[in-house]
Amino acid sequence: MDIFLQQIVNGLVLGSIYALVALGYTMVYGILGLINFAHGDIVMVAALVALTVVQLLSGSGLPPAVVIAAAMGAAMLVCIVIGVTVERVAYRPLRRAPRLAPLITAIGVSILIQYSAALVWGKQYISLPELLQPTSIAFGGAQFTDLQVYIFLLAAAVMAGLLWFIKSSRIGRAMRATEQNPDIAGLMGVDTNRIIAFTFVLGSAIGAIAGVMVVLYYGLGHYFMGFMLGLKAFTAAVLGGIGNVAGAMLGGLLLGVIESLAAGYIGDLSGGVLGSNYRDIFAFLVLIFVLVLRPSGLMGQRISDRA
Amino acid sequence: MKRRQILAVVFAVGLASLVAGCKKEQPPAPKTEAPRPIEAAAVKIGSASPLTGPQAHIGIDIRNGVQLAIEDANAAGVEIGGKKVKFELIPEDDEANPTKATTVAQKLVDSKVVAVIGHFNSGASIPASKIYSDGGIPQISPSSTNPKYTQQGFKTTFRVVANDDQQGPTIGRYAVENLKAKKIAVIDDSTAYGQGLADAFEKTAKGLGSQIVAREHTTDKDTDFKAILTKIKGRGPDLIMFGGIDPQAGPMVKQMSELGIKAKYIGGDGMQTPNFIKLAGPASDGVMASMPGLPKEKMPGGPAFLQKYKAKFNSDVELFAPMGYDAVMVFVDAMKRAGSTEPAKFLPELSKTNYEGVIGPIAFDEKGDLKNGPITIYVVKGGKWEPLETVTPGTTEAAGATASGASATATAGAASASSTAGTGTTATDKK
Repeated sequence: MDIFLQQIVNGLVLGSIYALVALGYTMVYGILGLINFAHGDIVMVAALVALTVVQLLSGSGLPPAVVIAAAMGAAMLVCIVIGVTVERVAYRPLRRAPRLAPLITAIGVSILIQYSAALVWGKQYISLPELLQPTSIAFGGAQFTDLQVYIFLLAAAVMAGLLWFIKSSRIGRAMRATEQNPDIAGLMGVDTNRIIAFTFVLGSAIGAIAGVMVVLYYGLGHYFMGFMLGLKAFTAAVLGGIGNVAGAMLGGLLLGVIESLAAGYIGDLSGGVLGSNYRDIFAFLVLIFVLVLRPSGLMGQRISDRA
Repeated sequence: MKRRQILAVVFAVGLASLVAGCKKEQPPAPKTEAPRPIEAAAVKIGSASPLTGPQAHIGIDIRNGVQLAIEDANAAGVEIGGKKVKFELIPEDDEANPTKATTVAQKLVDSKVVAVIGHFNSGASIPASKIYSDGGIPQISPSSTNPKYTQQGFKTTFRVVANDDQQGPTIGRYAVENLKAKKIAVIDDSTAYGQGLADAFEKTAKGLGSQIVAREHTTDKDTDFKAILTKIKGRGPDLIMFGGIDPQAGPMVKQMSELGIKAKYIGGDGMQTPNFIKLAGPASDGVMASMPGLPKEKMPGGPAFLQKYKAKFNSDVELFAPMGYDAVMVFVDAMKRAGSTEPAKFLPELSKTNYEGVIGPIAFDEKGDLKNGPITIYVVKGGKWEPLETVTPGTTEAAGATASGASATATAGAASASSTAGTGTTATDKK
């Protein structure tokens, strides 16, 4: 039972990172109907920027909280700039083009960002200098660190804030209007170009937070890390119902837990035929099942008539 | 929209002509080279290792060792068959990728190298070895430890490290006999190297009466091991053995301590790097790993080599640079004895090698494996790898743990760590 509880804790922390990244996919899809494959790589850039900032500041004697805040600020800034630029340069000219064109462009942008990062940071693993010394907490048989708690709480706060923002703020309302029908929203006085650009700002900033979390949690980053993370987050978004913000959160958390349980129990359940290295397969099995059985995702029903 | 397309076409055409123009301006290359005085014929030596990707630091280390050897040989002015010979390095990047490795191997064969030092990964060396064998090019791997590499029946495959048939059991024996591990969990990274090492370890440990409580697999790309480790925690092992390399071992050890797992941790040569300590942080303290060969500092030519390397590349030797260096020298030695730089001529001499290298005496058995390669177990202490004990396969006699031998006995109960000097192992090269 302790082990089961521990796997759930592992999964929730992993899942909260997936959920944050999934938000970026789902918001852009909701508004543009575009799967922004470059989003995972924006998260990667955030991670590498954060690593660089921490490396630069690690000798300065600043308290870790300040260093992390600086790293996060820098990562968010860089990611917002990249996100908005990508939207302006690569996606906006193709907004009225057939759907396949922006999709392929997105894959191209993803590769472009990856190899630009490889040029800037090199292709090696970059490790995080000694910054935090997480203290372990034992609770009801499960063991976790304060860092995991912070990651989970911050992710929850960001998600709650985003839900509130979309529901209650003026810009949020404009975002929902654009999502329903950009042309009519435009006629009603919504500057849809600005709203779409803002969606990229929001998605990139949240992705940047996730990227910094990954760095703090695992202590390393490299230019290719955005690929798998992006695929998993995309799966999470589809699982929850792509285009649905609350669905992305649910999907992310679920996927994290499914993966943890899969890695923990698959070996025993399959009698040793499948090992825990088949964990990633589970994420994509889930994707296939969802697409076959419930194409609109767990929470996608309500949104499907709007999108 | 139309106008834009036209603009784009014009732009593209302009760009193309610009590029073409640039090309034209370059003087034809061969003409400038022709009038040069005829130098000693350059003998091409290939080096293949991952120069990019997560394992680049280890691959570059190998290439640097090879480069150093070639520069030294050129500076010394080697004469082969009465002719002065200049060596030229052709470094290739296999990205630690088996598919890329075969491409690179073909490229090296096509560019008429006479010898290859590589590859780093067993998973790369094995598929590449067929191509070298078909091309008749001898290959010395400085680091591939999977036994299969030399068991394919190729006459061209050699290595200057102990293989996993020697390394895995050595770790296994050490774990059971010295660390007194009763319940062991084994993890590998699903690569030829990692799985081979873990399998060999498991067999020995089981044979010596230890219980394998879990056998888990991860990949060489993963960084999240919480789920696996949680499962292992439930089985309560007193030792965890990992077959894999540092980008996984580092985070794994860190996550182990976060989960409150108190078990000891031991691995193979792939994680015996400074990078591992950086990745794992303070959690790395007490982690053990084996490494074929003597401790760098204890190698007969070690201190001088480390100094030379540092002076040249301004960084410390990561892992296999001395092996890469020696591999070149072994080739040169065979060429000298054969009086020829032709692979077909010096290959028979290669198997008769009896060379005193940086890493110690080098001789090959009939398969091309290093004879009596010693293996050293290291432990992380205070953020540094320190040698615990050196074992020569086939013997239980321990050597090499000289000055630090006292502390080694204290930590690991290595009662057998006799204080024979590091050079003591040279006596065993007759086995």
